[in-house]
Amino acid sequence: MSQKQKTTIEKVNKGLARRYRAEKRFKFMGLSAIVLSLTFLGILFASITYNGYTAFEQSWVQLHVFFDPELFDAKNLLRADYDGLVKKSLRETFPDVKGRSQKRKLYGLVSSGAAYQLQDMVVADSGIIGTSQKVWVPASDDIDMLMKGHIDRTTPESDRLVKDVQLGWIDQLIKEDRLQMRFNRSFFTAGDSREPELAGIRGATTGSFYMLLITLLLSFPIGVAAAVYLEEFAKKNRWTDLIEVNINNLAAVPSIVFGLLGLAVFLNFFGLPRSSPLVGGLVMTLMTLPTIIIASRIALQSVPPSIREAALGVGASKMQTVIHHVLPLAFPGMLTGTIIGMARALGESAPLLMIGMVAFIVDIPGGVTDPATALPVQIYLWADSPERAFMERTSAAIMVLLAFLILMNGTAVLLRNRFERRW
Amino acid sequence: MSSSLLLVFLLVLSAIAFHLGRRKALAVGRASGSPRSLHSRPVYYGALTALWCGLPAIVLFVLWQTLESTVIVRLTLSTLPDEIRSLPDASLGLVVNDIKNLAAGNSFGGIKDPAIEAAANYYRHLQDIGSLIQSGALTVIGLVAMVLGLSRISPKLRARNQVETVVRVVLITCSTIAIFTTIGIILSVLFEAIRFFQHVPLTDFLFGLKWSPQTAIRSDQVGSSGAFGAVPVFTGTLMISALAMMVAVPIGLMSAIYLAEYAGKKVRAVGKPLIEILAGIPTVVYGFFAALVVAPFIRDLGARFGISVSSESALAAGLIMGIMIIPFIMSISDDVINAVPQAMRDGSYALGATKSETVRLVLLPAALPGIVGGILLAVSRAIGETMIVVMAAGLSANLTANPLQAVTTVTVQIVTLLVGDQEFDSPKTLAAFALGLLLFLVTLMLNVTALYIVRKYREQYE
Repeated sequence: MSQKQKTTIEKVNKGLARRYRAEKRFKFMGLSAIVLSLTFLGILFASITYNGYTAFEQSWVQLHVFFDPELFDAKNLLRADYDGLVKKSLRETFPDVKGRSQKRKLYGLVSSGAAYQLQDMVVADSGIIGTSQKVWVPASDDIDMLMKGHIDRTTPESDRLVKDVQLGWIDQLIKEDRLQMRFNRSFFTAGDSREPELAGIRGATTGSFYMLLITLLLSFPIGVAAAVYLEEFAKKNRWTDLIEVNINNLAAVPSIVFGLLGLAVFLNFFGLPRSSPLVGGLVMTLMTLPTIIIASRIALQSVPPSIREAALGVGASKMQTVIHHVLPLAFPGMLTGTIIGMARALGESAPLLMIGMVAFIVDIPGGVTDPATALPVQIYLWADSPERAFMERTSAAIMVLLAFLILMNGTAVLLRNRFERRW
Repeated sequence: MSSSLLLVFLLVLSAIAFHLGRRKALAVGRASGSPRSLHSRPVYYGALTALWCGLPAIVLFVLWQTLESTVIVRLTLSTLPDEIRSLPDASLGLVVNDIKNLAAGNSFGGIKDPAIEAAANYYRHLQDIGSLIQSGALTVIGLVAMVLGLSRISPKLRARNQVETVVRVVLITCSTIAIFTTIGIILSVLFEAIRFFQHVPLTDFLFGLKWSPQTAIRSDQVGSSGAFGAVPVFTGTLMISALAMMVAVPIGLMSAIYLAEYAGKKVRAVGKPLIEILAGIPTVVYGFFAALVVAPFIRDLGARFGISVSSESALAAGLIMGIMIIPFIMSISDDVINAVPQAMRDGSYALGATKSETVRLVLLPAALPGIVGGILLAVSRAIGETMIVVMAAGLSANLTANPLQAVTTVTVQIVTLLVGDQEFDSPKTLAAFALGLLLFLVTLMLNVTALYIVRKYREQYE
């Protein structure tokens, strides 16, 4: 034995420090991977919230409007020059404004929706004609952005959307307490609009609601039925195998391909109405079915065979066993899977782009065949708009969407914890 | 009667049939001694009567709904003068639209043609008659079938077996929907893709280096030809997917290893669901975030170092897509690592290996097939992901290997080609379906391979 030869324990001890270092490194890498993911999650939520929370407030300007009887024709109240009323009221507030460009800047203080608001007031109650009213109308989006601090007063005037004269008027209005921040109700009650200060998510949420309704009504019964057949009745043969491979594959097919299917089959072949929640719901049904089937099968599998055997033993038929005993026990699991599938359908937008639910739609859809858009598609549309105010609204819409998703997934988790049974 | 009201009416009728059937069964049972002399429980007689009443009517209802508009349009067209009927299909479609609009009562501008106006009136007339006939026929069929069903009730009638057969058929039908969906997908993209390949040869599409699908409206316009070489689109897709994988695989895998092997119960119980929140965030949110925060950040960072970065760089889209996929890789890796038998870990520890050595030399090799399967599924998701790239990646098809430049992907092209006005005879629109076919085939191959690997792997340790 030469001196160089070491015993095993010496070899091990020599390498131990290095190995422990490697161990620590590895563990640190694992931890940092998790921290990294969570940091990102934090940044995402923080930036969305930071950008979006201001959209729940909005600036309003108080106008003193005199509803001049000369302007109104009793037979056709809709036709009166409401725009002119707004402008006149603004001119009276700032009587020293002269010149066309100055005037245009002055009119730019309030939203173009102000005229419609006056119109609605007159139509609702024609008694106000001839009286003078104090009316709060939404400020234009640039003013709104300034009030929220998104437009910096210190930037040079040429780079600023709100000019110096306008700043003066704004300060005067603020001093007279005629420019206020208020809760932005129209964001939840209005449809889409080209004007950021008038745009709301009501149309999109209604569209999403109808779409999910169709999806739920179709995909839950069909998914449960398919799962019951595959799990309880089907014999193990090629046909069942084929179905199974198909389901597993469909669960991984890109969602946009379902959109192509919807375009070619539902729109072009069956001629269903374009942009309608009906078609959206059908496409989403096909897309969520695999998720629901897979979840339902797992729920059915978790029901112990002894339940089935007991039912069969006292003389129930196979169908009675399933309907009376297995299904009720598997129901919470199926419901959980369905809610998760619905949450996925709510957040999905790519297939909807294919079937035309991406149009600019102002009206709030009144049924499943009306043209509509969905909440995530509305986010996509707003995200494309250049106005700074739309960015704020996009973030706010995302917050609403995420709130819905958290609600749905939270319900699913709650259901699972409440009803999950260990046998 | 509107169709939804009609459907409700049919359901109510079926409910009545159920009630009558059950009552009749009870009466019949009592007449022949006791209810026990019936073959099935009274509910099944009720259900059978309801099926008798509802099924034929609902089948007719569905048939009517699908065929009605086609038949009415045909009949209406046959009343039009010859010179309109001989129009080409496209303009005939416009005429039909005019008629439908007019019939629905929303005429935009003065309608020009008295013939069309007459046709609209006829159309409305047919619609009224049609809905009248439909309501009548459905009611009659429902009632007749209900009476027939009721008359068949006798103690010997095997009501339960018949009901169960119907339910079974319904279950089987539901389970085949998955197959029909696949067939539907294949057919819908295949037909249009074949039409596309009649315009553009397959080899040009697969190997061409130039992609500019903007065909001109008039034939004498400049750049009217359009180029459909899809190689730049493929490379763009591959680059963004590769970037995404470079982010997602290490982070996802390391997170899974940490959670499965190192983390305590509490960390696991909190960490896993938190990371899975990432999977539940809609992709449109990621897209918005990538376009709004990440892309400008990367561009500014590049500018600071004097590198010019496109504001729609592949890097931003790939990075965010990678983050989206982290939870996916994590949960699959977590599953497969947990599936490795404890005995293998114990054996490794007994030989004196540290935890990380066990993970690297024992667990990972054992779990490798499952992890590879998971990664393949993740690649398929990255390739098919749409919203992130639509919002954060570009439209111009650059053939480049530089992730700081803008590239385009298959899904972006499908969306841009199909959103907006469509003309189903221009290669521009059809190209989207060719790309869709390709996308479907590639993801299908990836999915089937991955599912096969994962399945084989599970069997190995079961």
